[in-house]
Amino acid sequence: MSAKVKDKIATIVLYIVSSLVILLLVSLIGYIIYNGRESLNLKFLLGEPKIGEAGGGIGPQLYNSLSLLIVTLVITVPLGVGAGIYLAEYAKKGKLLNIIRLCIETMASLPSIVVGLFGLLVFVTMTGWGYSLFAGALAITIINLPGLTRVCENAVKTASEGVKEASLGLGATRWQTIKNVVLPSAMPQILTGVILAAGRIFGEAAALLYTAGMSAPSVDFANFAVNNKDSAYSLFRPAETLAVYIWKINSEGTIPDATKIANGASAVLIIAVLIFNVSARIIGKKLYESHAGSK
Amino acid sequence: MKKNDMKAIYLKLKNEYFGRAFATFCGAVIVILTFSIIIFLTTKGLNTFIKHGYSIFHFIFSGNWDPEGSGESSIPQFGTLIFIFGSTIVSFLAVIVSAPVGVALAVFMNLISPKIGSKVLQPAVELFVGIPSVVYGWIGVSVLVPFIKIFFGGIGFSLLAGVLVISVMILPTITSISSDAIRTIPKDYVEASYGLGATRWQTIIKVIIPAAKSGILTSIVLGVSRAFGEALAVQMVIGNSITFPKGLLGTTTTLTSILTMDMANTMDGTGWNDALWSISLLLLIISFIFIIIIRKIGKRGEQ
Repeated sequence: MSAKVKDKIATIVLYIVSSLVILLLVSLIGYIIYNGRESLNLKFLLGEPKIGEAGGGIGPQLYNSLSLLIVTLVITVPLGVGAGIYLAEYAKKGKLLNIIRLCIETMASLPSIVVGLFGLLVFVTMTGWGYSLFAGALAITIINLPGLTRVCENAVKTASEGVKEASLGLGATRWQTIKNVVLPSAMPQILTGVILAAGRIFGEAAALLYTAGMSAPSVDFANFAVNNKDSAYSLFRPAETLAVYIWKINSEGTIPDATKIANGASAVLIIAVLIFNVSARIIGKKLYESHAGSK
Repeated sequence: MKKNDMKAIYLKLKNEYFGRAFATFCGAVIVILTFSIIIFLTTKGLNTFIKHGYSIFHFIFSGNWDPEGSGESSIPQFGTLIFIFGSTIVSFLAVIVSAPVGVALAVFMNLISPKIGSKVLQPAVELFVGIPSVVYGWIGVSVLVPFIKIFFGGIGFSLLAGVLVISVMILPTITSISSDAIRTIPKDYVEASYGLGATRWQTIIKVIIPAAKSGILTSIVLGVSRAFGEALAVQMVIGNSITFPKGLLGTTTTLTSILTMDMANTMDGTGWNDALWSISLLLLIISFIFIIIIRKIGKRGEQ
């Protein structure tokens, strides 16, 4: 076989492999949404789950997923941005920086179930909070912090090239430079990173089994007493999320229509992930354009 | 004069020190969190060997897992070899499936059609990452398991199902890191190869892959490491029997699966519970080993 024929065949094979992967993705997503289509109504999305009988909804779980997402982002984003700035601008090369990098690598490579167990030990048992939204949020913070820190570090590094000296030369302090010049231009990249992280937070389950817990007691939206566990606004109520719920009904089998509910809940998760991904792209692009001045 | 000094100090505080203190604090949080994870897991995980006096050798090399001591000797046994073997075989088989595809995608994205690569494959890879692991597990249970049962026999829940689910899950890791490695190869290499009359395929095999070798290896190790740590998706499809797998269609279990399933059933302080903590310590040590391997590959690549 001549080299040219080989080259042709290889090219065709690579095209086939790539299209098969795309086909797999499209059919995965299509299948999940198609199967869950009957459940995409308000009765299912906002309804109370039922035990032992069919027809339950996923209202509390969906609400828990959303509140967990918000609480986690409120903790993770400042920490990640701060740590990214520290690594990009303040940390001096040397032993300390090496230790921090090693720590980030360690955190990033920890299995999420192990992070969940650490959460059980420290945030659930030692603090005495019990299974709670806040414990869950802290556990997922550990999982997402390393990734977000890296995104922010890279964003700050690329953004500060060139403009940093100009700002420092005008007499601004380092922090003023970061705050007023570097961060705004690093924003598109940071925001994209945050939204992609949000998608992962929304779907995380392993780290939540033993931190946010596997029960979703119905919550009272009219109860504003934040220290009361029945209040919908309490950080210390058990908060089973959508992803955990899929796992639980699948492994317990106490609900007759578990398949239908799991299909519906999976569809909701996938749609959420799609929304996060698409908006990350759009927002990143828009901000980049407005910043680069091309529009 | 004094008033001006105060003002200068205040301005300096506001404009520099607060910001620097905040950034430093965030850096410190990462270090503190990591160290507390290591310290807590280590002290908890060593209980099996210190408090209960179970031998480390048996813990790693014995396949006898009998946490309640229901066997003949009625002494609880905590041999984790089955789980270690299960995790290892699932991860390695998954990488064997996933690595060629991932590298092929990375080559395609950079050399065959960068346009399709950046417009279609890149977003697709990001979506693959975004799909939650329970959803992968659920697809595994509702599609893959019945499929295997009908076409290959057995009960469907199997090592094979676990391998296939995991191989899809680690595909994005391998693809994106290999792609980064290929992208950073100097253009001169490629052009020199074309200039010598090599075809594109010859260039890929003889120039690109060797030049990106350390990056591709890193991506594969990261893939294995991700496969090792994945819990729910595997646990949902692998059958969770505490036996060595009898072939690809046999059932088995993994380190993460046993943690997921048993933690809720055990009381704090019992031998069973402490053995589970030892398994999490083992997973921590395994992630360290992967980090060391990746650093070694990186160092070798620099030379």
